[in-house]
Amino acid sequence: MKDYLVLRVIAKMMIAFMLLFALYVQFHGELGPGGGFQAGVISAAAIILYAIIYGLPAAHRVVPEWVVETMVAAGVLLFALVGVAGIVLGGNYLDYFVLDPNPVHGQERGIFWVEAGVFITVSGVMLKIFYLFAGRGRDEESES
Amino acid sequence: MISVLLTLMAIATTAIIVQRNLFAVVILFGIYSFLMATVLVALDAVDVGMTEASVGAGISTVLFLGVLYLTRSEEMKPMHRPLLPLAFALATGFMLVYGTLGLPAFSDPDAPMHRHVAPRYINEGLRETGVPNIVTAVLASYRGYDTLGETTVVFTAGIGVIALMRRIRRRRREQPK
Repeated sequence: MKDYLVLRVIAKMMIAFMLLFALYVQFHGELGPGGGFQAGVISAAAIILYAIIYGLPAAHRVVPEWVVETMVAAGVLLFALVGVAGIVLGGNYLDYFVLDPNPVHGQERGIFWVEAGVFITVSGVMLKIFYLFAGRGRDEESES
Repeated sequence: MISVLLTLMAIATTAIIVQRNLFAVVILFGIYSFLMATVLVALDAVDVGMTEASVGAGISTVLFLGVLYLTRSEEMKPMHRPLLPLAFALATGFMLVYGTLGLPAFSDPDAPMHRHVAPRYINEGLRETGVPNIVTAVLASYRGYDTLGETTVVFTAGIGVIALMRRIRRRRREQPK
């Protein structure tokens, strides 16, 4: 679809706002609707739109495969490590109250990192599944 | 409002069953998801509605279209009449509907669900976590273990798909040699 001028221009404008909206949903999730899961899906959708319009190799240059595969595992690891941090600082697993001298600030800090973990894993998985499906079609094309 | 949306969803479901063109089915799935998201917003479940719209109507539709690109876009006629599965589905549906008769009335404040831990989340959530959005407070703080489990499920699904698709690709490369 690289030849469609209108699609290319509109996509270029849209993707910036989509990524911005994903960040808004991520960091504003404590006040409004949304959170790590929704933000992860929206940011993955922005990259998928880029891949559809500009082609898979271009998307691979922006977000390489190894980054996506690392993200799939890194998010869960971050989430689990927040729990371990609670134990190290003298609380229970996933206890946020001990993360900061002020318990409420500790809660906010814990929620922030946990949401970040969810965001990383969800966007990584969504993007990886799309890469796999899209890449498989390309392989068959080049063979036939 | 909700009954109109549910009627439209029933129409969409019937169209999905009848329709043999898979491209139309994918689009109908997207319509169904947007209707579901609207129902959830009408029920004041904005967070879930947002997830339904972005995952159900957004990513799923793109992935279905990606799969459609790899296969044919017409569904095959069934080889036999699936009467046994139909009977099984009807029996399960009947049992589920029968089960709903035992549930408390919709938005009944005395339902067990609303008397267990919900009052603590609603009354103490802002003071204890400092997060005004109760959904986020419950999801990330009170029910952190469940969310860790959910994230692990997403992770497991992801590596499952990676394992399956990788193997198919490698086998195909080995064949010509």
